[in-house]
Amino acid sequence: MHRIRECEESLVEPIAKGEIRTPCHLYTGQEAVAAGVISCFTDKDYVFGTHRSHGHYVAKGGSLRRMMAEIFCREAGCAKGRGGSMHLVAPEKGMLGAAPIVGGTISLALGAALAAHIRGDKRVAAAFFGDGATGEGGIYESLNFASLLKLPLIFVCENNLYATHMPIRECRNSENISRIAEPFCIKTWRIDGNDVLKVHEAAKEAVALCRSGKGPAFIECLTYRFRGHVGPDDAIQGLHTDIRPPAELKRWLKKDPITRFEHYLSSKKLLPPTALNALKYQAASEVADAVAFARRSPRPNPSHLEKYVTK
Amino acid sequence: MRPVVVHPRVDFMLYAIDPIINEAANWHYMSGGSGNAPVVVWGIINRGGEQAAQHSQSFHAMFAHIPGLKVVMPATPYDAKGLMVAAIKDHNPVVFMDDRWLYRDEAVVPEKIYEVPIGKAAIRRKGSDLTIVACSYLAREAVKAADELKKGGIAAEVIDLRTIKPLDTAAILRSVRKTGRLLIADGGWRSFGISAEIAAIVAEAGVRLKKPLVRLTLPDCPAPASISLEKAYYLHCADIINAARRLA
Ligand SMILES: Cc1ncc(C[n+]2csc(CCOP(=O)(O)OP(=O)(O)O)c2C)c(N)n1
Ligand SMILES: [Mg+2]
Repeated sequence: MHRIRECEESLVEPIAKGEIRTPCHLYTGQEAVAAGVISCFTDKDYVFGTHRSHGHYVAKGGSLRRMMAEIFCREAGCAKGRGGSMHLVAPEKGMLGAAPIVGGTISLALGAALAAHIRGDKRVAAAFFGDGATGEGGIYESLNFASLLKLPLIFVCENNLYATHMPIRECRNSENISRIAEPFCIKTWRIDGNDVLKVHEAAKEAVALCRSGKGPAFIECLTYRFRGHVGPDDAIQGLHTDIRPPAELKRWLKKDPITRFEHYLSSKKLLPPTALNALKYQAASEVADAVAFARRSPRPNPSHLEKYVTK
Repeated sequence: MRPVVVHPRVDFMLYAIDPIINEAANWHYMSGGSGNAPVVVWGIINRGGEQAAQHSQSFHAMFAHIPGLKVVMPATPYDAKGLMVAAIKDHNPVVFMDDRWLYRDEAVVPEKIYEVPIGKAAIRRKGSDLTIVACSYLAREAVKAADELKKGGIAAEVIDLRTIKPLDTAAILRSVRKTGRLLIADGGWRSFGISAEIAAIVAEAGVRLKKPLVRLTLPDCPAPASISLEKAYYLHCADIINAARRLA
């Protein structure tokens, strides 16, 4: 979680200065979801992400240098500077890709789960998506098909109460998203997505179900983004579109998933403060190294524009 | 009811492609004229900004390929209003596409409701040395290019298509017959796009060209993220000037 937070916060300044131009949807505040779910996965399990996927990529073990290089749109990036912040990918770690068409990757994760099912190799796939994706049709088709074949697929909904600047109440009849899985007879959880242990516990059960042929599973994580929809702060940059009540943001800041977990660790005396500091220090230096690497990496050569159109 | 459905990016509009193509475009024909779909589907094109492949597509040629659909692409504030009004009044499904790169252009437009007729191109500059056919953002760039070329003694005629389908073939042929030189600038991909359609129309009409026609288009490649690639990918005024100088 520290590593993810450190990545996101290190991007704030370069975005504000215009050094990074690719649209960055920061994950700050939602770290417990990626960390809690993906800590139950192995490198062989599959993850598909969204426009807001720095956290999923990092949790899945993708190289920090290659992620930062991609966000700076350099040739050394994980998508060779062709994709930018919204197209992170690390197939060697099972991070099969992220893409920003809302709801668009859910059926791709379904395909990965179907492949695992056909091969019988016990792998599990996760589709991460926001509350906004439940407004698209593909998710319902995927729920039905996954349930029909009992596919090893975990639907992970990060319900942060907003889709861009649209409050959930204005686009859904109910704030409770997990109910959409009920008609498909899918085991569901609706949990505090800022409590990494709760997320981990639910994901552990979901993975066990999926591995034993009793999938799919649906986990709705209630969470909140601490920063703008895109970039550090919608109210400062760009269109001044952050309509979230300041009191609401303040309430959620008190539920910071990282502080909460640190508090838990220290109150249970599970991790001495020195070890925690060492951890933070290590995350900060890894991220600083990755950013420096990205900055000194060259941009793609324009004469290679049409490389990778087809294989 | 005359609905206008707005898609803030054309890319996101693909989720609606089935109702647009299978249903709306075919409805009048397959119901033997008993029903029609007078809907305007407004797709806004984004380009650049290191936003990559899923946030930078246009698809105007793809929609223009579909029988039953009309496609309009304004390049000026006056046309944006006039074509929208015409699209709303039209009894058929109309795809209205405009480009965010034009959103900073300002001009005073009449307050009254007026129409820019669908199917009519506009001659933006008169000239006898070559014809430049363009639409949307590149029509604006072509006008700038023509003004620049004029300083070097090249008189380019600029045709702003305004409507992609039905295409104003008469305006294109009239101009090309006069100049004998044709440059087509399109912000869509090269293969099977509107530049190919225009080239075919000119060939079919047997127009004798003084030099082979030139197509300026995006390469057959998804939009890249990195700015170094974006610079090679997108077309601007300078590309039109260079191509026109070689052709004239
Ligand atoms: C099909 C489609 N429509 C619209 C958009 C524009 N868009 C980008 S992110 C977003 C909101 C997504 O909300 P949510 O799924 O809740 O994710 P969050 O940003 O809250 O993490 C929208 C509408 C898009 N990318 N794709
Ligand atoms: Mg959301």
